[in-house]
Amino acid sequence: MVVDFTLPEELEILRKSAREFAEKEVAPRVDEMDRTGETPVDLVKRMMELGFGALLIPKEYGGTGLGHLARMIVIEEIARISPALAFALQIVHLGQGPVLYYANEEQKKRWLPKMAKGEIIATAAVTEPTGGSDVRGIQTVAKKKDGEYIVSGRKCFITNVNIANMHGFLAKLEGEGKPKFVWLMVEADAPGVKVGRLEDKVGLRGLGTGELILDNVRVPEENRVGAEGEGLRAALTAISNIGRPGVAAVALGIIRRCLEEAAKYAKTRTLYGKPISELQAIQWYLTDMYVDYETARLVTWYAAWMRDRGMPADAENSLSKFYAVEAAVRSAHKAIQVFGAYGIMREIIPQRLLRDAEVLCSAAGTQEIMRLVMLRKALEFGG
Amino acid sequence: MLNVIVCIKQVPDPNKLDMVKIHPVTKTIIREGIPLVINPVDKNAIEEALRLREKHGGRVVVLSMGPPQAREACREALAMGADEAILLCDRALAGSDTLATAYALAKAIEKIGKFDLVLCGSETVDGSTGQVPPQLAEFLGVPHVTRARKLEIKDGKALVESVIEHGYRLVEVELPAVISVVKEINTPRIVSAFGLVEAASKKLEVWTAKDIGADPSMIGLEGSPTAVVDVFKKEFKRMGIVLKGDPEEVVKQALDKLHELGVL
Repeated sequence: MVVDFTLPEELEILRKSAREFAEKEVAPRVDEMDRTGETPVDLVKRMMELGFGALLIPKEYGGTGLGHLARMIVIEEIARISPALAFALQIVHLGQGPVLYYANEEQKKRWLPKMAKGEIIATAAVTEPTGGSDVRGIQTVAKKKDGEYIVSGRKCFITNVNIANMHGFLAKLEGEGKPKFVWLMVEADAPGVKVGRLEDKVGLRGLGTGELILDNVRVPEENRVGAEGEGLRAALTAISNIGRPGVAAVALGIIRRCLEEAAKYAKTRTLYGKPISELQAIQWYLTDMYVDYETARLVTWYAAWMRDRGMPADAENSLSKFYAVEAAVRSAHKAIQVFGAYGIMREIIPQRLLRDAEVLCSAAGTQEIMRLVMLRKALEFGG
Repeated sequence: MLNVIVCIKQVPDPNKLDMVKIHPVTKTIIREGIPLVINPVDKNAIEEALRLREKHGGRVVVLSMGPPQAREACREALAMGADEAILLCDRALAGSDTLATAYALAKAIEKIGKFDLVLCGSETVDGSTGQVPPQLAEFLGVPHVTRARKLEIKDGKALVESVIEHGYRLVEVELPAVISVVKEINTPRIVSAFGLVEAASKKLEVWTAKDIGADPSMIGLEGSPTAVVDVFKKEFKRMGIVLKGDPEEVVKQALDKLHELGVL
């Protein structure tokens, strides 16, 4: 078996389609998103029409079954123009994750075809004010009574909370002894479900991030995904296989755009009678960005290749998120240096990308959590 | 019911023109390493065909001539919604000029069989001759209209707004006909992931020169009466005129000049 780095014809076409959408329909809206912080709901809808929400959903449930590598390519292309919109898409996929991995057949038939068409957009609400890394410490409690769960709690930093019509969330079952977790799905308009404060972030502006308040919400048992006690695993499987790689793909789009913008500027800006691309200091910035782009893409695609083959890829997913995100921050910073004083002006793109890249650091698990996930692999080298 | 054949060509991405190099001897484009796309206005032709099918029913067959990698352009056209695609791909066709290309396309269309309409983009971004659609019509023995910006089909006829300098002609033409379109005619749809998956099961055939019964003396270099002698980069220089006098006078002079040049 030979390793083949050629993209299949269909993924090349998909890349063109995502690029065309991003350049023609998204690009004119990016400044407005950054300025107002408002989510362009119509563009999210448009991504669903184009089937970008259906990449991971198998054909038998109305999806495209194109898979993880296809998803990486689409997210990167959209992130190249708008990391915020690409992030909204990646969370659309994350919201499907627990259903894809842990739902029973009846639930898959009930939800996945609608998710594929974009009729259902679900959040994946895990983090609480007590912290995202300490998942077991969540305080949202589900009391079981007469075939339903009565849930109260408060989730924070929930992406897409402002546009979702369904919420998937993690809750702790009320009871003594070792805590048992459940993953529950509830309609956004169910009594007791409320969107709280929307955050005013420095980056990924236009991406909705905010609180989800659950006040005595009644969730029927048939909306529990996975068994009682499987909730945490459902959440973590989705975060590892969808959330982290999605962040990596957004970071890839950022790195490439930084390189494009910096290289274009360096070739046209003249100092000392020649383009600054002929100055060694600038050349090193550009090659550093190139190294970061190619390396980040390799690890991201490698992890996607593993997932498409059903291989466990927790360490590789974390590796791609860890590397790509730091590379995005570095690249954005270097791109700003290439622009000199112009780099900090609002109309120069890399300053926005730096703000966007910073937001990625803690998304889908902090960089420190990524290190913990990879540690097991690292220790294996000790025999 | 309307049977439409759309002729498309795969060309170097016009957004990457700075990557295009010309072979010093053959004067042809060196394609290696340049991203390839469907010729932009050919996408308008595909879009128009799909809209006509949505309105009148029928089938849309896409026809292209090119190297093996042009399969991707055919697959993309299928993903946009075409029913079937045919790629003419044969070393014997290499080096064909517009006449030999039009001949080969005509032979392929004869093999496809009955058609009501052949749609083409008005010209390609690499050759920019705009010759193939009229030549194709001559080979097929049907009428043609060039540079359509609007197209309506009624009672076996096409009513076409054909763009000319400073305006357009309204042309009525009997079907079957060959019509070339300009980009103003529509906005081509973006391929959806759903369309892409559907395209995987659609028919994409590859035909050789033999398959279409082409006369070897009419195709390739042998069948091409024209040859590119040289390709060179045109230098543009601005003509600088300094207008002198008080502001009112200068404005008048500027306006007069603009009128003289036909800009206003």
